[in-house]
Amino acid sequence: MTAAATRSTAHSIVEASPRTKAFAGGLVILYAVITILPLLWIVATAFKSQSDAIAYPPKVIFEPTLEGYVNLFTVRTRQTPDFIAKLPPPETWYDQLVRKRDMVIAGPSKVVPRFVNSLIIGFGSTFLAVFLGTLAAYAFSRFRIPLADDLLFFILSTRMMPPVAVAIPIYLMYRQLNLTDTRLGMILLYTAVNVSLAVWLLKGFIDEIPREYEEAALVDGYTRLQALRKVVLPQAVTGIAATAIFCLIFSWNEYAFAVLLTSGEAQTMPPFIPFIIGEGGQDWPAVAAATTLFVVPIVMFTVLLRKHLLRGITFGAVRK
Amino acid sequence: MTTISQPDHATMPGVSTPVKSRAARRVRGLSDRTIAWLFVAPTIALLLAINIFPLIWMIRLSFTNLNLSMSYLPLRFVGLDNFRDILTDEDVWFRLQTTAQFVISSVALQVVVGFGLALLINRQFRGHSFWTTIILLPMMLSPAVVGNFWTLLLQPQIGPFNYLISLFTGVPPSSFSMTGQVSLAPWTIVLVDTWMWAPYVMLICLAGLRSIPDYIYEAAEVDRASAWRQFWSITLPMTVPFLMLAVLFRAIENFKMFDMVNLLTSGGPGSTTELVSISLKRAAFEKWRTGYSSALAIILFVTVFGAANIYVKTLNKVKQR
Repeated sequence: MTAAATRSTAHSIVEASPRTKAFAGGLVILYAVITILPLLWIVATAFKSQSDAIAYPPKVIFEPTLEGYVNLFTVRTRQTPDFIAKLPPPETWYDQLVRKRDMVIAGPSKVVPRFVNSLIIGFGSTFLAVFLGTLAAYAFSRFRIPLADDLLFFILSTRMMPPVAVAIPIYLMYRQLNLTDTRLGMILLYTAVNVSLAVWLLKGFIDEIPREYEEAALVDGYTRLQALRKVVLPQAVTGIAATAIFCLIFSWNEYAFAVLLTSGEAQTMPPFIPFIIGEGGQDWPAVAAATTLFVVPIVMFTVLLRKHLLRGITFGAVRK
Repeated sequence: MTTISQPDHATMPGVSTPVKSRAARRVRGLSDRTIAWLFVAPTIALLLAINIFPLIWMIRLSFTNLNLSMSYLPLRFVGLDNFRDILTDEDVWFRLQTTAQFVISSVALQVVVGFGLALLINRQFRGHSFWTTIILLPMMLSPAVVGNFWTLLLQPQIGPFNYLISLFTGVPPSSFSMTGQVSLAPWTIVLVDTWMWAPYVMLICLAGLRSIPDYIYEAAEVDRASAWRQFWSITLPMTVPFLMLAVLFRAIENFKMFDMVNLLTSGGPGSTTELVSISLKRAAFEKWRTGYSSALAIILFVTVFGAANIYVKTLNKVKQR
């Protein structure tokens, strides 16, 4: 109560004047606009035609087209206009779009399998990391574990290691185990990286749940595991969800392991996107389309996570 | 995993009758020590299998001449030769120097931009929350995807970046190349890294600023301390632990930087932006000099491990606040 009282008087002294606020606001908005421009440029490039995308001077106003997205999802072959004229009329709007460029759709591109890989590896590793992380975090939070601080440091330090250095022995090990370029291999690897974040974050969340709740449940005759399931987990749901999103974002964005340890079967989106090529180099509208589709979930998650972002990037140390 | 969930089910009788005698609980429930052990073991086991076992294997390999592109050669133990080669190799020192320059300039720039933004946002103007979220977006993106799309933005002829620069300065847009020029490329990776990570420093500094109680400023007002004085004797010292946290983490991350730079410049032009991780990748996955690169990897491990130690100590210090 007294804290609230001092705060309300504090504002009269400490709060900035309207002019200072307007000045600060102006600068921040300027920075925000500059920082978001590159992203908007990519989103716009996805709707440009090939020639608009590489026009000089760079085009801000252009006629939007879905060619970039069509090119992203298809493999096309160039044909002579005569050949195309002899074909039966196009069945779909995208057939029509492609034929305007003297091309014929030859089949689907690899983007969907890569996207599916990203989803499977992302969700698989997130589920495992959060499951293992919740158990370990609960134990670290509630029980006296010998050398707990050292173990926690060990767990975190594994995440700090340079991925390229880690990839060298993993590459050799996976070759022996036939795990190279498999989803299982990538899931295990990402789980190992994510579990350290999960333990640290979840320990913070579980530390915040008062022990009294569980102790009351234990007195009522619940076993430890029942108390964990019925009392602790429901209270930790928000924390678990936030942790899961952080793990998912890591797996979704990860590039170093993916590019060094996968080549086809298990390749995820990040190593795939830069190699979307058209005739003569990178097909920028298609690359931009892939980037847009890839980034949209991240933007949504960022907004969802906004309140917990600080915790996530400091391994739970800084809370508010 | 089943070993953990089974006792749970076994001890889950009718949910509606949780009241049991203490003796029954002791018999049917697992002891706390067993649970603690069961809960921590899978995580430790996974980390041992995926991190520690390969690490030990790598230590062994670092004493060998293993080269995967010439695996017909007999495996020979060469003692500390790889380490000696690395530490006496001028190229390696040059890469380390490139990396140090990148780490120092990018982190310094991020601190200036991030701390500045945090001070401004802390003024709590209207809509600050919305604009903060916008500013935070870059750091959530995939560094590889960021590196890739910045190559489009930085194209000399068709990219909007050069075009904007030429609008403001009059320099012809195709007269310079941010990623292809020896004098500019090292600054380009700093620029893009700052675009991505200044928000990170900002977010942590903001937490630091908000942790300073108002009454300290009130006392300063009473003592008629100038705004300048307040900044130097209250704001800055009280934010420093948070700033340290951000600086350490960014320094570690940038020391091992691979993804963004690999796609933006792939170490070029020449080797002007070839950071240690990129050079390690070339040695290990292009030249397949596994023994040599294992030794280099171990040197990196030890460095990062030391830095991580300091980082965790700072974490714990900040946590006590």
